[in-house]
Amino acid sequence: MSFAFTADRKKRFNALLKQYPDKRSAALPALHLAQDQEGYLTTETIETLAQMLDITPASLMDTISFHTLFHTKPRGKYLLQVCQTLSCSLAGADEIVDHLSHKYQVKAGETTPDGKYTLLKVECLGACDTAPVVQINDDYYEKVSKDKLNRILDKLP
Amino acid sequence: MSDYQPILTMHAGQPGSATRDYYLANGGYRAARRAVLDMNSDDIIQMVKYSNLQGRGGAGFPAGVKWSFVPRDDKRAKYLICNADEGEPGTFKDRMLINHNPHQLIEGMIIASRAIDCHLAFIYIRGEFAKEARLLEAAVEECRASNILGKKIFGGKYDLDILVYRGGGAYICGEEMALIESLEGKRGWPRIKPPFPAIEGYLRCPTIVNNVETLSNLPHIVNNGAEWFRGIGASPDSPGPKLYCLSGHVRKPGVYEAPMGTKLTTLIFTHAGGTTEGKKLKAAIPGGSSAPVLTADEIEDLKMDFPSLTAAGSMLGSGGIIVMDETTDMVQACYNLARFYAHESCGQCTPCREGTTWLTKVLRRFTQGRGRMEDIDLIGDITDNIGGLCDFSKGSFGKTICPFGEAVSWPIRAFMDKFRDEFEAYLPKEEAA
Repeated sequence: MSFAFTADRKKRFNALLKQYPDKRSAALPALHLAQDQEGYLTTETIETLAQMLDITPASLMDTISFHTLFHTKPRGKYLLQVCQTLSCSLAGADEIVDHLSHKYQVKAGETTPDGKYTLLKVECLGACDTAPVVQINDDYYEKVSKDKLNRILDKLP
Repeated sequence: MSDYQPILTMHAGQPGSATRDYYLANGGYRAARRAVLDMNSDDIIQMVKYSNLQGRGGAGFPAGVKWSFVPRDDKRAKYLICNADEGEPGTFKDRMLINHNPHQLIEGMIIASRAIDCHLAFIYIRGEFAKEARLLEAAVEECRASNILGKKIFGGKYDLDILVYRGGGAYICGEEMALIESLEGKRGWPRIKPPFPAIEGYLRCPTIVNNVETLSNLPHIVNNGAEWFRGIGASPDSPGPKLYCLSGHVRKPGVYEAPMGTKLTTLIFTHAGGTTEGKKLKAAIPGGSSAPVLTADEIEDLKMDFPSLTAAGSMLGSGGIIVMDETTDMVQACYNLARFYAHESCGQCTPCREGTTWLTKVLRRFTQGRGRMEDIDLIGDITDNIGGLCDFSKGSFGKTICPFGEAVSWPIRAFMDKFRDEFEAYLPKEEAA
């Protein structure tokens, strides 16, 4: 499957190239743009993007594999990211992971068979005052309890 | 609580506080206009140097002194990067500043850019803060539309643009050299210093990296003067307003602005309302998880500023205070942090890459009741190997390219040394003999 930006995103990508003093500096914004469009980064996407940025695919892959927000495998429609670092842990993050694990019958790192939910344990999300915190795709849900989380999840389309 | 009037968070919570119009209506961009039209680079650097504003990202390096390292008469472009890659466990002040007052930050960036003669500045924001990144982009757009950013800003001769750059989810990119590599589109591996970024940073050009909170202080210094700033807090050597983040076992977790040098006990028991359910305080991490933990006894009378925390064998760091009451299992807490550091080690230096993993495995073994007496010494050996000798009086450290090595070793060692009895209590019966 080949990769191409949609017209709107292509415009944004071209604008990026103009804004940054060198092409490669546009790599992370371009990767966010591509992943946002495609859901995850396929080999074809990486090859095409590398060409657009004038770097080798291996070199771009090096950048991708380092940064945890970029995914090279399909993931669920909803990425449930439970913060597990100290302040969230003191506030009961482990129970939240257990709850989600039980609710969707997946272990951390796994995706439900219908491809809807991926459960991830992540490190500090930087919202320790509202622990425990779960990030679902781009959105933060703070001071969550099992019940509150159920209500949020059951409303997702 | 004292009669201190918040400065940085003065407008937090007011409707519309994140918009340009709100900011302008409340005296916003006066300082930037003055810096651009009526001040030169030397004026600004001298003012900020004299103010003794210390970097709020963790290291506490004087901001004005840092700027003065940028070479003059250098033909290369100069860059300013705002470090908004907030990820130090226990820290959430920059997110608050961005959400409530992004224009204060932008104004600070204009002043800092002017000081180092930068015409393109970046805000490197952690990738998870998608909402905050959008908010910053909207704020930058508002400024471009009203000659606050762009060509010949404020009708003068100075050009400046700011780009918002979302990171990719890596704690190490909060380290300035790793951040610069990531901004260049590479893996975020810290570079060896020197050369320091002020000499050779982004694209090998002179670059200054300043934290969100540091930059947010600048409009107030320009408006009210360095002398005013030096008068805030307990000591003119380490002055200013400070955002303290309280989390963990407190009744009212949150960001509290107080003068530098406010007592830690005041922050915990007055600002944050004391421990949850009034339980006994056991310990607190005073400056983000990299700051060695302090016991309840050590916290007594402790002032929260850079020199006082260093003297207490810890550090002010980012001002992230994690409070732990008597119910906290310190072995579990120590394991939690070791796991965090093992996950976030960038893998470049062997002592850190291997050491953090070993620490995590050994500590996990403890938590599972399979620890061995000699593991206690082993943990000491590993931390010494990653971070140098964990003895502050000897000041010996630096076995890794970046300070991550110390950032993991010192806190783990502090947990071990100060709560050794809890570690021993986890040993199986035959070992504990």
